[in-house]
Amino acid sequence: MLSIRNLQSGYGRIQALHGIDVDVAEGEIITLIGANGAGKTTLLMTICGKPRASQGEIVFEGEEITRLPTFQIARRGIAHAPEGRRIFPRMTVRENLQMGAAVTPPQYFTDDLDRVLTLFPRLRERLDQRGGTLSGGEQQMLAIGRALMGRPRLLMLDEPSLGLAPLVVRQIFQIIREINREQKVTVFLVEQNAFHALKLAHRAYVMVNGRIAMSGTGEQLLADPAVRAAYLEGGHPAAEETEEAR
Amino acid sequence: MEYFIQQLINGISLGAIYGLIAIGYTMVYGIIGMINFAHGEIYMIGAFVSLIGFLFMGVLGISYIPLALFLVLLMAMLFTAIYGWAIERIAYRPLRGSVKLAPLISAIGMSIVLQNYVQLTQGARVKPLQPIIQGGFELSGANADFHVRLSYLQIVIVLLTIALMSIFTYVITRTPLGRAQRATEQDMTMASLLGINVDRIISTTFVMGAALAAVAGLMVTLYYGVIDFYIGFIAGMKAFTAAVLGGIGSLPGAMLGGLLIGLIEAFWSGYFSIGYKDVAAFSILVLVLIFRPTGLLGKPEVEKV
Ligand SMILES: Nc1ncnc2c1ncn2[C@@H]1O[C@H](COP(=O)(O)OP(=O)(O)OP(=O)(O)O)[C@@H](O)[C@H]1O
Ligand SMILES: [Mg+2]
Repeated sequence: MLSIRNLQSGYGRIQALHGIDVDVAEGEIITLIGANGAGKTTLLMTICGKPRASQGEIVFEGEEITRLPTFQIARRGIAHAPEGRRIFPRMTVRENLQMGAAVTPPQYFTDDLDRVLTLFPRLRERLDQRGGTLSGGEQQMLAIGRALMGRPRLLMLDEPSLGLAPLVVRQIFQIIREINREQKVTVFLVEQNAFHALKLAHRAYVMVNGRIAMSGTGEQLLADPAVRAAYLEGGHPAAEETEEAR
Repeated sequence: MEYFIQQLINGISLGAIYGLIAIGYTMVYGIIGMINFAHGEIYMIGAFVSLIGFLFMGVLGISYIPLALFLVLLMAMLFTAIYGWAIERIAYRPLRGSVKLAPLISAIGMSIVLQNYVQLTQGARVKPLQPIIQGGFELSGANADFHVRLSYLQIVIVLLTIALMSIFTYVITRTPLGRAQRATEQDMTMASLLGINVDRIISTTFVMGAALAAVAGLMVTLYYGVIDFYIGFIAGMKAFTAAVLGGIGSLPGAMLGGLLIGLIEAFWSGYFSIGYKDVAAFSILVLVLIFRPTGLLGKPEVEKV
């Protein structure tokens, strides 16, 4: 569905991606993990054309999108809940969701809104509240909901668990799984929360300094000693792991 | 008392005109964060198109005034909107993403170009227009020596302004277009990630601002009966002041600011000295900015992502 070949990109003279190859097949959940500054956000943003790729190509559903304007990439069915959530702060929750559906045919709106509000009941109570006044977790829900309002075929999520309480994190991951299974949306997930994200993933990539260092199924990477040492053992005590395994 | 009411009426009419121009400043500032210094010239062009439009109506022999007025209004809005659109395309869009100062300088350049262009093509002399809407009400009160005059034209100005501002407010707050404009204003990158063609939204914003300025240009042509290529400068400064006074970026602020500047000017000219009316308007601005740097209805400096 999405295939990225030898992608290079960066900011001005600073190069952040040094030749990335990533494939996402229809129906998959792909997880990308990596340390701070590895280039994960840059990869997702480059797929959307901000910044532009300096080398390489991005093919989505058989069509090259490397040089398309950002809004056209979005209209091809790629939704992005970006880093920092980027809720429109002075618009209400409803308006934020309407913006998510800005380029979908209006007849879907009521049903889609209902579906998103069923996934995130908290948002229903806050429809007329300004986005900027939501809590962090609510903003994250809104960011995902807004992305879903565009009826995407590919949903890209940049650290949806950032700053959230463990319980909410679990909820969010549960919902990502649901979206993938029930709404048949392909998911490209960037996470620091490597344990949950790898559990969820069909396949996963590890990024180090702007390069893909490793890839495999979620279980393979979870079992890999190097991955465990770098991304799991520190932040995720074994207790959580066993609890999750039950 | 009669005198007071007279100044009030004059001030409101003037304020309506400033408010219409101020909206263009405030919207463009809101969406791309730059002061469009060429906006005063857009208004001046609106005035010239109106003048030419009325002459044209004369040639066509359309003498039914409401119809002529309506046609000239459409013509002025259309042509001026094209200018607004073109200015953005030529002078600002290529500079998007460069340093913040670049489009500002480009705007000043554009303003000079437009002034000279109109001066060259239309001549530097003051252009008169026969009064089109004449007459009005004479309201006399206890004081038999002084009658309050409320002209039909002032009524037209105020009603038209209220109508336009209502439509405009509706578009911004209730329609998909307005929503996309507000989203673009708050986070341009995010708007484009949602499929919004940000360039087109910005163009539309310039077109809307220019169309409103054209209406102001038409009304000034009718109100004063004379225009020249230089009227854009002072009116532009006043409207810009109005936008800042109300809180730049805020639509209700622009309307309120316009009204206030109009009133200050009218009352100052009426009670003190007409020569210092501009000084009065700008002094009030300075005072407001000292005590409320964001303007009357402005929001505190917003987090730019
Ligand atoms: N706007 C920018 N201008 C210049 N350099 C940038 C910019 N954004 C990111 N970078 C640099 O690009 C590199 C990759 O950053 P990126 O945000 O993609 O990392 P990341 O993997 O998403 O990190 P994190 O997990 O902290 O979000 C970093 O070295 C960063 O400093
Ligand atoms: Mg990141």
